[in-house]
Amino acid sequence: MRSPTIAADPAMRLVRLQGDWTLRALTPHLDAFRVELAGRRDEVAWSLQDISRLDSFGAALLWHAWGKRWPASVEIGDELRAIIARIAENAETSLPRSPGFSALGAIIALGSALLAFRSHALGFIRLFGQLSLDLAYLARHPREWPLREISANVYKVGLKAMPVAALVGFLIGVVLSYLSALQLRAFGADLYIVNILGLGIIRELGPVLVSVLVAGRSGSAMTAQLGVMRVTEEIDALSAMGISRTIRLVLPKVIALTLAMPLLVLWTSAVALLGGMLSAWLQLDLGMAFFIERLPQVVPLANLFIGFGKGAVFGLMIALVACHFGLRTSPNTESLSANTTASVVSSITVVILVDALFAIATRSIGVPR
Amino acid sequence: MNAKPVIELRGIVTRFGTKLVHEGVDLTVMRGEVVALVGGSGSGKTTLLRHIIGLTRPAAGEVSVFGAPLFSGSVKEQRTRRRRFGVLFQHGALFSALNVAENVGFPLRELRLATHAEIANLVALKLAMVELEPSTALLMPAELSGGMVKRVALARALALEPELLLLDEPTAGLDPDRSLAFVELVRSLQRQLGLTVVLVSHDVDTLVALATKIAILSDRRIVSCASLEETMELDHPFVESFFRKPLGLRPLARSGGAH
Repeated sequence: MRSPTIAADPAMRLVRLQGDWTLRALTPHLDAFRVELAGRRDEVAWSLQDISRLDSFGAALLWHAWGKRWPASVEIGDELRAIIARIAENAETSLPRSPGFSALGAIIALGSALLAFRSHALGFIRLFGQLSLDLAYLARHPREWPLREISANVYKVGLKAMPVAALVGFLIGVVLSYLSALQLRAFGADLYIVNILGLGIIRELGPVLVSVLVAGRSGSAMTAQLGVMRVTEEIDALSAMGISRTIRLVLPKVIALTLAMPLLVLWTSAVALLGGMLSAWLQLDLGMAFFIERLPQVVPLANLFIGFGKGAVFGLMIALVACHFGLRTSPNTESLSANTTASVVSSITVVILVDALFAIATRSIGVPR
Repeated sequence: MNAKPVIELRGIVTRFGTKLVHEGVDLTVMRGEVVALVGGSGSGKTTLLRHIIGLTRPAAGEVSVFGAPLFSGSVKEQRTRRRRFGVLFQHGALFSALNVAENVGFPLRELRLATHAEIANLVALKLAMVELEPSTALLMPAELSGGMVKRVALARALALEPELLLLDEPTAGLDPDRSLAFVELVRSLQRQLGLTVVLVSHDVDTLVALATKIAILSDRRIVSCASLEETMELDHPFVESFFRKPLGLRPLARSGGAH
């Protein structure tokens, strides 16, 4: 490799380029060369006879330094001339540009966002309808129930989520009990800690807490799994074998999460109450036996059923949203990450919205007055 | 410098768990050669290619590229060494978040040497080199056909003006017409730019059209590295099944006149 040099001769007004003009050889000298080459196209005569090697990077460097025109006076061999000519040819055929941002673009972006929302809503309804049809089909063909898949999914989304749900539930219970105890003691209303914890956790906090956990843990996993199966054409392979992708992939997830969520809610609420109970015992000296005895007296049984119901509906929503976004993934990595993010954000939003609906619908049930 | 081999493998040993894949592989590739690595399925051709790229490291033995061990010298020297070869992966490995022009210009932009105008110019040139229309520049990889993906990937591999080109199954997944056109393209670029090429391929057509030397990987080592004519003379079960089966005769008979 011969190092490239620029030999300028001020008297004869001749610039002589020597050595290897390749990307690798030019790299160390590039900044200095740009300065030396710039803006002297027609002032001097150029000699390129001594260049031993020229690659397209070197040619592009020269061509752009010359302002995309041949200098008035240049000595150059045919071979090098051809290399630079190829660069010159392609410098004219400019690549198409992606359009910049404009007012029209903003309107189009707004419109396509609305259309995308519409298409999501339609797709979601279509998926729900397809699942209903599948259930009707399975009711007539009971031998085709994907029981193994359902059981595997219950294990994955239910049993394996128990430790983390317990940890989070316990800590929330402790914190809630501690904070409430500080306030209640100021009023001398220590006993009401049982009411607050019982109602708050069983009716509201347990289901929502578990939903957020499950949406982040299982919802994202479902979207990613279906998305990767789209990318690797596994879903197409299933269809090609005449196996329904909704019965095989979506339905087991939806059923499993709908079944597992109430149980997870029960588990998490129980652990959260345990945490609250411990904290109340330490903080307010409220006996555990008393706590357990008083709980069913102040919290009507209806609250437990509301918690169960919420768990099942939230589980259904999370699984549906996750599968919806998973199946919409197009076969590339960008779409996969975008859909997984959208899946988690949407399912948590949907859960909170549905929770608000529940609050309105059950406002007169199970609340002692 | 010309006398130094571009790639030199000495006593490469590779193990996957308890399975021995390579047991003392030696291979030398000189400047300007086109070497095809062939061998049965699972004989470790692609693994050998990955050793040369530096994606995996052999359990024993030494990989030297451009006269120096692959992992010798400072970080900067290693990086410079890596920029001297271009790799065409089997499935193209285009960045799916970037469009065609951004994919081809990516290595140049990462180098932070060229100006925007120069990059656009070079991208246009590389696309013309691989015979793609400038209008493809804005397409995303997901919108390209298999053959176009390979062309764009080749253009990207050529972006840093490599001296050595490594091709993993360059024609896999292409129909015979396209694969022939792609082979022609690689051959003309190889002549134009004076590249050294190492390719892994199952396709006899590709081998016959491109390779000046054929290295046969069998029984965990290179059993022969010779020209096509010499390889055909070889008495080895792999040569028998790979080149002389009725299926293998067809392309050989056809290319008989051309060589």
